[in-house]
Amino acid sequence: MSGRGRILVANRGEIAVRVVRACHAAGHEAVAVYSDADKNARWVELADEAVHIGGSPAAKSYLNTDAILEAAKYSEVDAVHPGYGFLSENAAFARAVTAAGFTFVGPPPEVIELMGDKASARTAATAAGVPVVPGSRPVADTADALRVAEEIGYPILVKAAAGGGGRGIRPVRDRAQLEEVFAGACAEAQSAFGDGTAYLERALPGARHVEVQLLADEHGGMVHLFERDCSVQRRRQKLLEEAPAPELPESTRRELGEAARLLGNHVGYRNAGTVEFLVAPDGEFYFIEMNTRVQVEHPITEAITGVDLVAEQLRVAEGQRLSLSQESVSHRGAAVELRINAEDPDNDFTPTPGEITAFDQPGGPGVRVDTALTRGDRISPFYDSLIAKLVCWGADRNQAYARAGQALREFRIEGVASTIPLHRRLVEDPELLAGPVHTTWLEERS
Amino acid sequence: MSTMNAQLPGVFYRRPTPDHAPFVEVGGKVEPGQTIALIEVMKTYNEVKADRSGTVSRILLDDGDEVEAGQGIVEVDEV
Repeated sequence: MSGRGRILVANRGEIAVRVVRACHAAGHEAVAVYSDADKNARWVELADEAVHIGGSPAAKSYLNTDAILEAAKYSEVDAVHPGYGFLSENAAFARAVTAAGFTFVGPPPEVIELMGDKASARTAATAAGVPVVPGSRPVADTADALRVAEEIGYPILVKAAAGGGGRGIRPVRDRAQLEEVFAGACAEAQSAFGDGTAYLERALPGARHVEVQLLADEHGGMVHLFERDCSVQRRRQKLLEEAPAPELPESTRRELGEAARLLGNHVGYRNAGTVEFLVAPDGEFYFIEMNTRVQVEHPITEAITGVDLVAEQLRVAEGQRLSLSQESVSHRGAAVELRINAEDPDNDFTPTPGEITAFDQPGGPGVRVDTALTRGDRISPFYDSLIAKLVCWGADRNQAYARAGQALREFRIEGVASTIPLHRRLVEDPELLAGPVHTTWLEERS
Repeated sequence: MSTMNAQLPGVFYRRPTPDHAPFVEVGGKVEPGQTIALIEVMKTYNEVKADRSGTVSRILLDDGDEVEAGQGIVEVDEV
């Protein structure tokens, strides 16, 4: 891709709109893809060309590597931008894109593979000198568990090796409790997952989820763009994110950024990526995982740094240098992002597909709305429930939250339930406004 | 013979996970309240329960098919 290129946007929804916009702003052409359900979508309309790739279920369209490669060949693009979700962290997809002669807008496939596997990512972090949550290999029996737990330190979590997504985890506060529950936890894992293997991990009560944005080019440029605090979660789904992380000591901020760069350099990272950490109340931080793609919450980093992350992704993919250096990036003010989902917060967050009959977006200084929707559009049952990302910047945290409150009062969405009522309560919540919260704060209070 | 319908629009699945056997097969018996399928709506999996007893005579959709609310998914011979 030199000069004017053509880029296939292999995604849907607000991120497809975001990438089409970035392509056009950089002087490139954008080719959209769409499923049956998305025929009249906003990103299809905005793109220079659009290719139908299959049926509405994602497995038949946005997760269909062959259909997407076919679209890339047919529309004669130079590069493929995977967005987030779908195939964005699929190493086989990245490899297939590259093998077909296109540029993949993301890291090399082997880096996606390395960081996509929990165990190998953990090993890489340790090798890079980045701390990981103290944990063990699978433990054999209660006696072994008691021995290993002494090394790790209480409180601990007994985790089923075959569990995941928050399932198969048993918190244990001390030696006596471990002795009492270990065998039962293994038996439970055996019956739930067909595998009774368990390992131990240090529990970090009160920890915050803090992640660092990285950008890297192939000329040795490796820049971190500070951190985002994503501790407001429900069932491990982020609902509200902010940057910078409130009340994080400047020394911790610097160390987190440096740890992320160390890891990035160690694995030969390229393009945009996010290194996720847990920050314990004592200020110690631990690597949890890396996302090898652009992140949903990237706009809050853009808001405080003034850097267009998707534009940098495209530059780097072309083989150019990043337009910034670590010395040249700085952050100003504070930004908060609210994920407005088509879910009913008063009915256990049940998804609410349907037609949007009113859609009045907020505006004003520091207010940004990323969405693919407009009045009359249908929220289809086939994809995630994200309606819009409301991103508010302020000269300080109080102003960012105040602007978010005003924007939420202005944002009118009718026809489907949305999480706006929950967000209205959140942005005025005294505990949240008073300072940092931890990852189970929201669930513990409701 | 009668048809049991989907209550929600989404993606139809006959089994709890790709590695499991289907909830029901043709010739199998179902009882009211028994899970016969899943419908994925915006990444949330909803169980479809039988609302009557009978023997399954036909399954009208395949794994991963798109389904509309009210669409028939399973035919049963009632007992």
